[in-house]
Amino acid sequence: MKKRNLTIGVSGLNAIDSPGPGMAVVRGLKEAASFKARIIGLSYESLEPMIYMHDLVDKTYQLPYPSSGTDIMLSRLEYIHEREHLDVIIPNFDAELYAFMKLEKKLKSMGIHMFLPTLQQFEERHKVNLSSFGEKYGLLVPLGKAVYDQSEIFKVKDDFSFPVVVKGKWYDAYIAYNVDQIVTCYNKLSAKWGLPVILQKFVHGSEYNVTGLGDGKGHTIAAVPMRKQYITDKGKAWAGISIDDPRLLELTGKFVGSTQWRGAFELEMMKTQDNKYYLMEINPRIPAWTYLAVGVGQNIPEALVNLSLGQKVEPFREYRVGKFFIRYSWDLLVDREEFEKISMNGEL
Amino acid sequence: MKLKKNIAVSDTGYLFNPSTGESFALNPIGLEILVLMKQDLSPEAIAGKILKKYNTEKATFEKDYADFMAMLKLNLLLDDDEET
Repeated sequence: MKKRNLTIGVSGLNAIDSPGPGMAVVRGLKEAASFKARIIGLSYESLEPMIYMHDLVDKTYQLPYPSSGTDIMLSRLEYIHEREHLDVIIPNFDAELYAFMKLEKKLKSMGIHMFLPTLQQFEERHKVNLSSFGEKYGLLVPLGKAVYDQSEIFKVKDDFSFPVVVKGKWYDAYIAYNVDQIVTCYNKLSAKWGLPVILQKFVHGSEYNVTGLGDGKGHTIAAVPMRKQYITDKGKAWAGISIDDPRLLELTGKFVGSTQWRGAFELEMMKTQDNKYYLMEINPRIPAWTYLAVGVGQNIPEALVNLSLGQKVEPFREYRVGKFFIRYSWDLLVDREEFEKISMNGEL
Repeated sequence: MKLKKNIAVSDTGYLFNPSTGESFALNPIGLEILVLMKQDLSPEAIAGKILKKYNTEKATFEKDYADFMAMLKLNLLLDDDEET
C-alpha cells in the first residue's frame, strides 16, 4: 500500500551536548509505518547541527525567538507554510511551546495541525507550580519554592536542608550547598532564563524517566520507562535502558488519567533508597531520548502526528525491555556556503 | 529466599533486573549458587552440593552464603523484598 505523504515541521534541531529532541523525533517520523514524512526543520541558531543533516531534514527555516511575540512568529510560519504546505508541526522546545499553544487555533485554520497540552495543563505542571500539582493529583513531589527576588532566598532558606537544587525557569539546574551558592546560582539562572528561579528539595536516588503520550481524554497512548545509565554534567542521560517497572507505568497512567494530558510528555522521576518515586519534573513535550521508545516498539512521534490529524490511534501495549540507548557525538563537516545561506537568508 | 522471577541470568554470569535496569556481574561461584537457587533448592541442599564439590569448611561457606544473600537482598533481587 502506498504511504501518504506528510510535510512535518520539527524544531529542536540542536543535537548538542544538551540535545534538543529534534533528532529523535525526525528519526521516529522517518521510520513511520503509516506515512512518508518530508521534514521541514525549524531552527533558531545557525549552528544547530540538524540544519546541515540533509538526509534527515529536507529544508530548514529559521524562526524568530518566541520572545519576539506571537505575531512575528505567525508571520514567519505563514511564509514557511506558503512554500512548504505544512501538515503538522511538532514543537520541541519548552520555551517555544507557549507561543505555539497560543497559535494552535490559527495554525489549524491554515491547515497546520499540532497536538499540544492545553494552556492549563502547561501552566499547572510547570516546575514553578509542581508542589501544588503534586498535591492536587496525589503525586509525590519534592518541596519546591519559586523565588522572584534575591531577598526571598533568605526568607525561604530555612524550609530546606542542604544541599538544595536550584533550577532555572526553563532549563538548567545546580546543586547548592550553602546560601551563598544559592545566590550565585540564582543570579546565573535568572540572567539566562528569567524569573522565577526554583529552589527544590534535593532528593537522593536513581533517576528514571518515562516518555509517553496522552490522548487528551485520559488514555495513555504510549509509555516507555527508562533508567539513566550515564548522566552528563548537565544532568542529561547519555545512556539509558528500557525497563519494566509496573509502578512507573501505574504512576504514568495516574498522571495521564487525572490530568487528561494531551500530547507528548516526559516524567522525570527519582527513586529513593526506600523505593519511593518522587516526581521531579514534567516536561510537556517529547524528550531527546525518545528514539529509545521508537526502537522498542512505541513510535511516539508517529502516533503524535496521527493524533494531531484527528485519527484514531490505538494505545501501545508492549515494548522491549533491556534495550540500551547510547548517545554519541559526531563531527559534521559543512561548507561555508551552507552556513552563509542559513545565516543570511534564514533558510537552507 | 527465592530470586525474583523476572531476573535474567545468563551463562556468563551477567544478571539483569528488568524492573530497575540494573545489571550485575557474578563470579563463577555466585553464578553456580544462583543456578541452584533457580532450581528451588533449599539453602541446606545448596550447601551440600557446594561442599561436596569444593574443598571448603561448612562455616566458611555459610558465612559467604549469608553475605551473598544479603547482597542480593540489598539489591532487591529476592522475592521477599517489599517494594513499596
